Amino acid sequence: MTPALSERMDDWGRRLAPGATVLVLLFFGLVPFGVPGLPLIAPAGTQIAVFYWAVYRPDLMPPLAAFGLGFIQDALSGTPLGVGSLAFLILHGVAVSQRKAFVGKPFLLVWFGLAVATLIAGLASWALASVILGGFIPLDRPLFQALATIALFPCFAWVLVRVHRGVVH
Amino acid sequence: MREPGYRMAKRLALPLRGFAHRFVYPLLVLGAFALMILGKADLLLIERMRATMADALAPILSFMSEPAARVADVIETGRELIRLRDENAQLRRENERLRQWQVVANKLEQENVQLRDLARVIAEPPASMVSARVVADAGGIFVHSVLIGAGAKAGIGKGNAVMTSEGLAGRVATLGDRSARVLLLTDLNSRIPVMIETTRERAMLAGDNSHQPRLLYLPSTAHPNAGERIVTSGDGGSFPPGLPVGVVADSGDGPMRVLPFVDFNRLEFVRVIDFKLEGPVVQTEVPRGRERR
Repeated sequence: MTPALSERMDDWGRRLAPGATVLVLLFFGLVPFGVPGLPLIAPAGTQIAVFYWAVYRPDLMPPLAAFGLGFIQDALSGTPLGVGSLAFLILHGVAVSQRKAFVGKPFLLVWFGLAVATLIAGLASWALASVILGGFIPLDRPLFQALATIALFPCFAWVLVRVHRGVVH
Repeated sequence: MREPGYRMAKRLALPLRGFAHRFVYPLLVLGAFALMILGKADLLLIERMRATMADALAPILSFMSEPAARVADVIETGRELIRLRDENAQLRRENERLRQWQVVANKLEQENVQLRDLARVIAEPPASMVSARVVADAGGIFVHSVLIGAGAKAGIGKGNAVMTSEGLAGRVATLGDRSARVLLLTDLNSRIPVMIETTRERAMLAGDNSHQPRLLYLPSTAHPNAGERIVTSGDGGSFPPGLPVGVVADSGDGPMRVLPFVDFNRLEFVRVIDFKLEGPVVQTEVPRGRERR
């Protein structure tokens, strides 16, 4: 028996929700609000979302999705293609490989995990972008962005937990 | 009851799926590196991919950036209200000064027209202009560029100058049908031939991802003071001479830097101007009138 249309749509919505949250955060991060400094900390949302879903629902955030979302981010932000994909894959890899240490454990531990993953991903992106763009890129902005991501984790996690419970179950 | 063929296929597919699962991650990491290497090799394919993706998503960003602009307006209004009194006084002073300049400019314009006529100066080809909204601003962590919501279909060309009312913002680097990427003056890879307006001394304006691009290759005899205007020199033929760029910044003993006129934090609308210059080498055209002689 085929499930009712509403059920199937519900199912699709559930499956697509993690990727969709990353996409929405990605778009919001790129739209110019004219607030100085905001575009610098906005990419934090996408990184946090990729990490969050890779920890709590890796079935709905496969590596291919992380790669694709990174590709979209690179294409729209003008970053050399592949850099964002690799950053998301690093976040994903750290999250999935250490999943057992994160799930059901205190929030602080997950926060620490995110901090480590963000710093590795940020450093890798910075080094690769420097090589590809052919020049030393000042480390201040990537570092600031990584610290903003770590600092903003609780805020974004709060929203993601709501989406997780409300839509994904 | 399913047929046996299906079960067979399922049994065969299971290890395959396990295999794929195990290797998907390393393969994707390799894929990311492959993209970087292909991008570095400057393959047209990569540029096309990027432009196509930007074209596909630019309408969404454009749709979202309108309410965002309203938010920005509200913030800006609040900021303006706070400074209203000071700004009014400053504007009144400036207006007075500009009125005097207007008289001078009118006189100079008249004189210029007469002199051009006398000297038979070849007129520059008329420039065409497209206004476009900035739909995505990546914040400049690795690259300083913005995405605008108009592309080749609107008549924008690669290398076109991108300006705001304040001055030069950058040039069109990647072109799609409905979107274009603008490389800002401050980007690591931006090089723009400029000169000091008063002394006409040439230099290269080189971005380094900081807010103030550097002035390279300035003649050793040149010692511009802080606050002197920098304009495009027209060398290389990609931009016409005289487009306002910025002023010399007070950088102490460090390398000479330029403070751009454009406020890159508040790029909302830009003008993309095609000066109809033929790229690196400008073709000198013989005016029609002389051709006949």
